Amino acid sequence: MPRSAHRSHRAAGLGAIALLTLSACSPSGSGSSSGSGGEDVSGTVTVFAAASLKEGFTELGERFERKHPGARVTFNFSGSDSLAAGINNGAPADVFAAASARTMRLVTDEGHTAGSPGTFVRNRLQIATEPGNPHRIDSLRDLTAPGLKVVLCDRTVPCGAAARTALTAAGVGLTPASYEQDVRSALTKVELKEADAAVVYRTDVRAAGDKVEGVEFPESAEAVNDYPIARLENAPNPSAAKAFVELVRSEEGRKVLGEAGFLKP
Amino acid sequence: MTTGREAPPKARPRSPGRGVPLALLVPALVGLAFLLVPLLALLLRAPWRSLPEQLASPEVWQALRLSLFCATAATALSLVVGVPLAWLLARTDFPGRGLVRALVTLPLVLPPVVGGVALLLALGRNGVVGQWLDAWFGVTLPFTTAGVVLAETFVAMPFLVISVEGTLRAADPRFEEAAATLGASRFTAFRRVTLPLIAPGIAAGAVLAWARALGEFGATITFAGNFPGRTQTMPLAVYLALQNDPAAAIALSLVLLAVSIAVLAGLRDHWMRTV
Repeated sequence: MPRSAHRSHRAAGLGAIALLTLSACSPSGSGSSSGSGGEDVSGTVTVFAAASLKEGFTELGERFERKHPGARVTFNFSGSDSLAAGINNGAPADVFAAASARTMRLVTDEGHTAGSPGTFVRNRLQIATEPGNPHRIDSLRDLTAPGLKVVLCDRTVPCGAAARTALTAAGVGLTPASYEQDVRSALTKVELKEADAAVVYRTDVRAAGDKVEGVEFPESAEAVNDYPIARLENAPNPSAAKAFVELVRSEEGRKVLGEAGFLKP
Repeated sequence: MTTGREAPPKARPRSPGRGVPLALLVPALVGLAFLLVPLLALLLRAPWRSLPEQLASPEVWQALRLSLFCATAATALSLVVGVPLAWLLARTDFPGRGLVRALVTLPLVLPPVVGGVALLLALGRNGVVGQWLDAWFGVTLPFTTAGVVLAETFVAMPFLVISVEGTLRAADPRFEEAAATLGASRFTAFRRVTLPLIAPGIAAGAVLAWARALGEFGATITFAGNFPGRTQTMPLAVYLALQNDPAAAIALSLVLLAVSIAVLAGLRDHWMRTV
């Protein structure tokens, strides 16, 4: 991390100075809050959250900033696995909200969480189809109709693992057109009408508004995703991290996330 | 490229430090270290013990084969349309040429994922052009190997065009003029005089484009999706392996790195000596 002492180098140290400046550019401005033991919530709180939490968490972030005028929330929304990899490799984050217990375990196993993570919402799968469901898709089995282009998430990301579980439970063998790298890109393929259907979370269908239509299927009950949240051990801003997690797990937080399509834990 | 009359100045002073100003040497070494340390870290942290096991998986070779094929096809496609485009930009004068040149380089600054979305909007099943391809010929490009080639071409061709155009501008147009005074048509002059003259520039541009195509990720996964054996190239396999098996991702990266170094070094030795 940024060296505190500014060494005066030789005249030739231009390149080195550039590097120092670069390393000092890492998200900071929050490190100063260390040592404040009370409820002094200020500075920047960095939240690493699963991509599917984008709408709900953005709303909660705005509420958080209104409650704590000195505080700012910055989000990093991405696939839970890459977020976990980032945290395990020292990314400066305060809070981690994952889309599966497995991805959270990647972080807890390395001892990077403060306290044990708790489930704050759950999510279920739906089939996303084009508006009006022109191919009359009513079940997972309908996805195997010849000529139908279906995209799934890759099995390495939570929505792909969940889809796999559901397909196994339904006894359906499906060869998709593509294994997408995250749930949003799977959904985008349907929104752009490049794919006829995708298996995604109901929250993603909700977020897409009227650009896609969601179809429930019973096997989604076999693949319910728990979303755990935890403060991180090396959080640069622990007090704000605590306050943010409390907001997410409060009644208000559940309500906002419920509107985004999440289910109660 | 020289015409052979003047001998290349081979006998340069080689002793490092002597005559090299410190003000250049230090930043140069910092720059070199900056480029090499991440690669070194990759080698240091590579799972050498499990490497043979990682490389035994057929998916790795499938992805590598697809990568090499698609990058080569994309380079070939770039050559076929990119060299004439570079010639047009360098040798003809038409209104708005500066703008056209800027537009050609646009894919260089465009985030590749945006390039992939743009390709979907243009050539997708429902795209501006793609819907007619589908209606008239029954051709859909997304989720196909052809889609991978197109995505890579979109991202890699500007490198070739820029490189060839630069070479053309540096090349002496009087050779072409001389050919013309001797009765050669403009196309014959291009084929018989210009092309041999700028061959090293074309080779350099092709290598650059090939390397860029080989590492292409964003446009490919967005436009062509990810399916093993059909559209899953090495960078896609690396990215997805990184999600839950970083060791496998590093192993895959090493393979890609080794193959690209081998190919690039081989090319450099064989037909890029003059560059």
